[in-house]
Amino acid sequence: MILSLADAIARFVPDGASVALEGFTHLIPFAAGHEIIRQRRRDLHLIRMTPDLIYDQMIGMGCARKLTFSWGGNPGVGSLHRLRDAVERKWPNRLMLDEHSHAGMAAAFCAGAARLPFGVLRGYLDTDLAAHNPNIRRVACPFTGESLAAVPALNPDVTILHAQRADLEGNVAIEGILGAAREAAMAAKALVITVEEIVEKLPPAMNAVVFPHWVVSAVVHCRGGAYPSYAQGFYVRDNAFYQRWDAIARERENFLEWMDRHVAGTRDHQEFLASLQLEPA
Amino acid sequence: MSAFTRDELMTIAAARLLWNRCVCFVGIGLPSAACNLARLTHAPEAVLIYESGTIGARPDVLPLSIGDGELAETATCVVPMPEIFSHYLQAGRVDVGFLGAAQIDRYGNLNSTVIGPYDAPRTRLPGAGGAQEIAAHAKQTFVMLGATTRSFVEHLDFRTSAGFLDGFGARTRSGARGGGPQAVITNFGILTPQLHTEELQLSGLFVDASVEEARACVGWPLAVADRIETIAAPTELELATLRALNARTRTAHARPVHIPL
Repeated sequence: MILSLADAIARFVPDGASVALEGFTHLIPFAAGHEIIRQRRRDLHLIRMTPDLIYDQMIGMGCARKLTFSWGGNPGVGSLHRLRDAVERKWPNRLMLDEHSHAGMAAAFCAGAARLPFGVLRGYLDTDLAAHNPNIRRVACPFTGESLAAVPALNPDVTILHAQRADLEGNVAIEGILGAAREAAMAAKALVITVEEIVEKLPPAMNAVVFPHWVVSAVVHCRGGAYPSYAQGFYVRDNAFYQRWDAIARERENFLEWMDRHVAGTRDHQEFLASLQLEPA
Repeated sequence: MSAFTRDELMTIAAARLLWNRCVCFVGIGLPSAACNLARLTHAPEAVLIYESGTIGARPDVLPLSIGDGELAETATCVVPMPEIFSHYLQAGRVDVGFLGAAQIDRYGNLNSTVIGPYDAPRTRLPGAGGAQEIAAHAKQTFVMLGATTRSFVEHLDFRTSAGFLDGFGARTRSGARGGGPQAVITNFGILTPQLHTEELQLSGLFVDASVEEARACVGWPLAVADRIETIAAPTELELATLRALNARTRTAHARPVHIPL
């Protein structure tokens, strides 16, 4: 099913939903996150290994009540100031944390994708995270008795990805750095994918990562939908923007003014991109 | 020999610890600079693994994020993240894990989660990311962080990643498979664990640093090895390679990107 972005968000992201916008540094679905902000969704349980700028924006705009994550910084730059403000000063609202390590969250997505109740790993040993998160427990191996870490499966109400291309039937192909996008997609109850282009037929590639059309709830054509992250083969990561974000998001007023001008005040992703192009660097 | 900064020497001293063909799990920032410097000088076949799933990356400029396209384009292969953590790291295929942190204690335990109480932190830090399992599973870990009495502390605010726990074999008894922190590279030199107590002790000093300086920036009474090695000043090749790498990186990261309209 091919939908517009506004229709896909309206249909698959109700208030209170658990939502995973996945993609590790690469193919982060910024356009979808911005549309969620425009439609003023509230009380979302946001799930992402690295909240990145997109969840910093959604948290700062009051979309979230809970965050499941494993590393919450601006990569190579420093803090996510809006995430910090929410955790340290409950602004704009209180944010519950469900904090993991990358390996723990990857295991939780794998379990979710397989519809198993929990993921298992040799992890969280002798660290303080387990003491603060009841979702990290230990199980004994039934064969050897070894104590292993267990995390409950993650099954988001909806996972949203950005990918390079889909075909007319709605099959979606994705390449480059994947993170846990594939597992997060298969773990979800609904799967929405924005794509750079829709082609008549995907090129045959035997071991490629392809989501067959019948596991995809909706395909959205959205050029530039991962910007300021990137889409391998289409455009590169805007590292200069990631560095600028530090100053934009540091203070509440400046952040709100920027979000209003570029996200809430634009009609769609094309207008968002155009508004950035007009801005002096 | 041109003048050099302590930051440069720290990166160069860390790079010297790596060997050719070693398999190294790389954290972002200083560790990434050190690992790439090693690859561009004495360890051309070092295998750099970034947690984004890029194996054997040979970037021409340092990545800003751990998943820049540069890493994927220059890698031997790119695998999904659950695979990098389970099939490579947890399976014991990583020789060296290279980590940073906000706080370290005398047994090499690390904090990168919070300053202050977890539920009401004064400073919320990014969190564990891959560090916890790198610290657990790599055959050995190297840690890089600048020393002040706020970062080298008597007690961590939060233990994100396990080092030697309370020392005296506690890590081995806990069942951790990896060897733990074998070197801490900081702005005055190098600390390594004492064999029996597993407490970090000063074992290497930069040419222009002193024991007094080291003691002043460590928040616990710093033990000193019987013999302290003097860490040689950078060679012309090391310094020139590092500076060229940093210059290429600055240019690349500031380059305006065409907005995909």
